[in-house]
Amino acid sequence: MNKLKVFFIYLILSVAALVSLFPFLWMLISMTNKSVDITQGSLMPGTHIFENLSNLFENYSVGSALFNSFFIAIIATVLCLVISSLAGYGFEVYQSKGKDIVFTILLLSMMIPFAALMVPLFRLFGNISQVFPAIGVDTLYAVILPYVTTAFFVFFFRQNTKMFTKDLIEAGRIDGLSEIGIFFRIYLPSMKNTLAAAGIISFMNNWNNYLWPLVIIQSPENQTIPLLISNLGSGYTPDYGVIYTAIVIGTIPTALVFFLLQRYFVEGMTGSVKG
Amino acid sequence: MKLGSSKSIIGWLFILIAVIFISLFYFYPMLQALILSFRSGMGLNLEFVGLDNYIRLFNDPVALTAIRNTFIYLIVQVPVMILLAMFFSVLLNNPNLKFKAFFRTAIFLPAVISLVAYSVIFKYLFSTDGIINKFLLNLSLISEPIEWLMDPFWAKVLIIIAITWRWTGYNMIFYLAALQNVDHSVYEAAKMDGANSFQQFFYITIPMLKPIILFTAITSTIGTLQLFDEPMNITRGGPGNETLTISQYIYNLSFEYTPDFGYAAAVSFVIVILTIIFSMIQFRLGGDRK
Repeated sequence: MNKLKVFFIYLILSVAALVSLFPFLWMLISMTNKSVDITQGSLMPGTHIFENLSNLFENYSVGSALFNSFFIAIIATVLCLVISSLAGYGFEVYQSKGKDIVFTILLLSMMIPFAALMVPLFRLFGNISQVFPAIGVDTLYAVILPYVTTAFFVFFFRQNTKMFTKDLIEAGRIDGLSEIGIFFRIYLPSMKNTLAAAGIISFMNNWNNYLWPLVIIQSPENQTIPLLISNLGSGYTPDYGVIYTAIVIGTIPTALVFFLLQRYFVEGMTGSVKG
Repeated sequence: MKLGSSKSIIGWLFILIAVIFISLFYFYPMLQALILSFRSGMGLNLEFVGLDNYIRLFNDPVALTAIRNTFIYLIVQVPVMILLAMFFSVLLNNPNLKFKAFFRTAIFLPAVISLVAYSVIFKYLFSTDGIINKFLLNLSLISEPIEWLMDPFWAKVLIIIAITWRWTGYNMIFYLAALQNVDHSVYEAAKMDGANSFQQFFYITIPMLKPIILFTAITSTIGTLQLFDEPMNITRGGPGNETLTISQYIYNLSFEYTPDFGYAAAVSFVIVILTIIFSMIQFRLGGDRK
């Protein structure tokens, strides 16, 4: 390759990296500045970070929003991993005509836009509220329930199960393990990459979910982080320092989950793409 | 594999919970939406009105604007993003490239931030006295600030810039994963035959990536047809209704205005139908019909 071409490749990638990183740098810098300095476009870190933090925690229910978001994301992710991996395994290992038809029908649900489900789901939870108010409208469980399994994750696990060595199942049967025992003791431990990739995606989706909580959550104490940030951002006299602080706090968990598990993520994704 | 009947029953038990949940939270509401779309009325007093909601839809200027806006986002943003993602993945796939991990992580990073959070950041970055305008003014690329949030044209451009920023790196990861399966010797052979970089890209890379292009095109199309968080938090659908999307209109009809669930359901079927049409077109273009 000639030098000019190499130069342009690095130039393009550097610009792309800068554009991608700039909003992150901006929010980190702004978190440390006063609202006035932020509106003037200060790119220098300031010393206002503790004021911003105490302002945020004193005036807004960030603590409960963090708790709610963690609660929703963790429960939904754990349930999603268990239920989807069971189903993906079931579809792949116990193949039959009937199950393949069911699988195709399940996949069709991926085409259903959430906007079409929003109103009927809201009414469904309204009905649930009459019988079990604890999981009805304006509860964290109502946020979780529609997301504990989606066809995407069932599909994802089935695709990855194609690469699982089926001989291990026979070996397990010979050793006298029950079918469910094989699933938990042989299959799941060998699917770490897939579990990690699915776990990251599910955690992020649930942590970042906005529209459904916006519809189903009413009381401030049940607010999630995206609802809080959205409310802060639509205020008429925004305190930018406080808003950016909230955004940084709301982004740390997903960033951490990604960076801790990114090795598995890329491998898990590759698995699903190959299938 | 031939299964004994007891094994087959166990197999059904494995998939049972998923089937129940997906039926209850996807198919049942979908059916309800269909029934709702033939009914009308305020709040909970609904009566059967046949196709009235669908007729109303075609005479509703706001609905038509929302559909038009969604189409604009789709037609401009999805191809631009997919080309960019492919382009970056090809650059990053170069075996001699240094700092590869840094570039890859940096370009992917927007995918970890929540849609609401980045929307709020973009709203401020692109405000009239925001840092993007300051930057463009300093470079003398513009002589007066652009009204990103107030101008019908620039507001749409802003939404498109925002979505592209958020999703390009995410899609790039799929291409990178797929490119890693492509044998480098194919490129070496092409070079020997005198193919330049563009020819290699169009005659080797694109055909190899076809299944992934199809996958990302369909998921991005479905995502764009459902666009909500960004216009809601960046422009609130404004100015006027110039950035309003179909999802946002459905939300407004159901929860912001006097609720008209029946009409909202009818509007939501526009997205269902568009999703099906676009997916079918892309499967056609994507070639292998399995």
